[in-house]
Amino acid sequence: MQKIIHKHSLAIRWFHWINFPLLFVMIWSGLLIYWANGVYKIQVEETLIFKFFPKGFYDFLGLSGQLAKGMAWHFATMWLFTVNGILYVLYTMISGEWQLIVPTKNSFKEAWQVVLFDLGISKLSPPQDKYNAAQRIVYTLVIIMGFGSILTGWAIFRPIQISWLTNILGGYKAARIEHFILTIGFCLFFLVHIIQVIKAGWKNFQSMITGFEKVD
Amino acid sequence: MKEELTSKQEIRRKTIKAFVGFGVASLVPVGIWKWIKSSDRLDYLSAPLRKTLEFNEKLTSKLLSNSHLAPIFSKSQAERKVRFNGAVGLQFPLSEDYKIQVQSGENKFEVTINDLKTLPKQEIIFEFKCIEGWSQIQHWGGVRFVDFMNHYKIGQKDTENLFEYVAMETPDGLYYVGVDMPSAVHPQTILAYEMNGKPLLKKHGSPLRLIIPVKYGYKSLKRVGKISFSDERPKDYWASLGYDYFAGL
Repeated sequence: MQKIIHKHSLAIRWFHWINFPLLFVMIWSGLLIYWANGVYKIQVEETLIFKFFPKGFYDFLGLSGQLAKGMAWHFATMWLFTVNGILYVLYTMISGEWQLIVPTKNSFKEAWQVVLFDLGISKLSPPQDKYNAAQRIVYTLVIIMGFGSILTGWAIFRPIQISWLTNILGGYKAARIEHFILTIGFCLFFLVHIIQVIKAGWKNFQSMITGFEKVD
Repeated sequence: MKEELTSKQEIRRKTIKAFVGFGVASLVPVGIWKWIKSSDRLDYLSAPLRKTLEFNEKLTSKLLSNSHLAPIFSKSQAERKVRFNGAVGLQFPLSEDYKIQVQSGENKFEVTINDLKTLPKQEIIFEFKCIEGWSQIQHWGGVRFVDFMNHYKIGQKDTENLFEYVAMETPDGLYYVGVDMPSAVHPQTILAYEMNGKPLLKKHGSPLRLIIPVKYGYKSLKRVGKISFSDERPKDYWASLGYDYFAGL
């Protein structure tokens, strides 16, 4: 006999893996749209630090000249992305699983230990529930970001019909920038997430598919 | 998290089952992707996507009413250098005897700019929004489209109802738009003959253009040549190239 630990419920696994292609399509189609007016850049006084995005980026990924297609995909997939997000939140609330995800009082202190430990600076292993403090903060933040994307998205999708929302967000131009920054945030999240999953190894990854993990 | 003692066989069975299920489920998004890619094109856009845009239009146009106004700005906020972004339909020189041809049902006639200038003038300073993603605060002046309709008693299908769409095109017929009636009679929709208090420049659509703040800029046709009404969706330049027909904001 082997001891196993039930880690991810079936619902969580579905939400997670459904979200994966949806978020991918949202970001891909978003880039097709952004290309048409790709003006954002990081600049310190006169010195250009980074332009979002260099021409080679669009060429390499084949993102140029497809605004109409991008908008159509974006405004179709947004419904599925939103529904999946809402169902996920409702599920965690009803099942009580939110308690494993939402940061606790200690999370903000402990998160530093996680960062130092993961970077190999500290040998002190931080407390690990289903999720550690840093995971709790980030997994909660990314959900808030998702809803931020939906709100900023609607503010630029229908800036007159729901102008109150656009105004709250600082206007049409501001809402577009916020929507863009959130997207960059998702990409950074994805990058760190992938690194952490690779570091955690196959057994951990497998549990996101099977739901359980063998305990040695 | 719950712990459990399980036989090796059972673990193996569960693992295989989960991976097979995962593999099969992964085919679903691939299938959807292929289905959308291989569907018939409706005006350059895959049918399922075009249908979704029409669904979005139906849903969000229910929110639209004349009480939803585009936010208004002050004159000092208006851009002096108004961005120029489209020249389709402006290539040919304008004929000397330029008049706007109007057709509403059986009623066919021509109007001049001077005719329109006798109607009450409406100015608007709003944030013009291009579908490309840029926006600019601009100052336009002209006659409200709804005032124009009422003055000439046009746009009415019968005593009760208005036509469902307004069609406009440039004198050479190379650029054309269709606008749903609720957006056309929106109080901020104007036939503009002035920009920043001066007559329109050629590149901005002189002598007369449409300014329709509740839509993306590509509906604000420059150099109006013809105005007509119908219940059929009029052809629309950018919609026929894969863009959303409604283009509402």
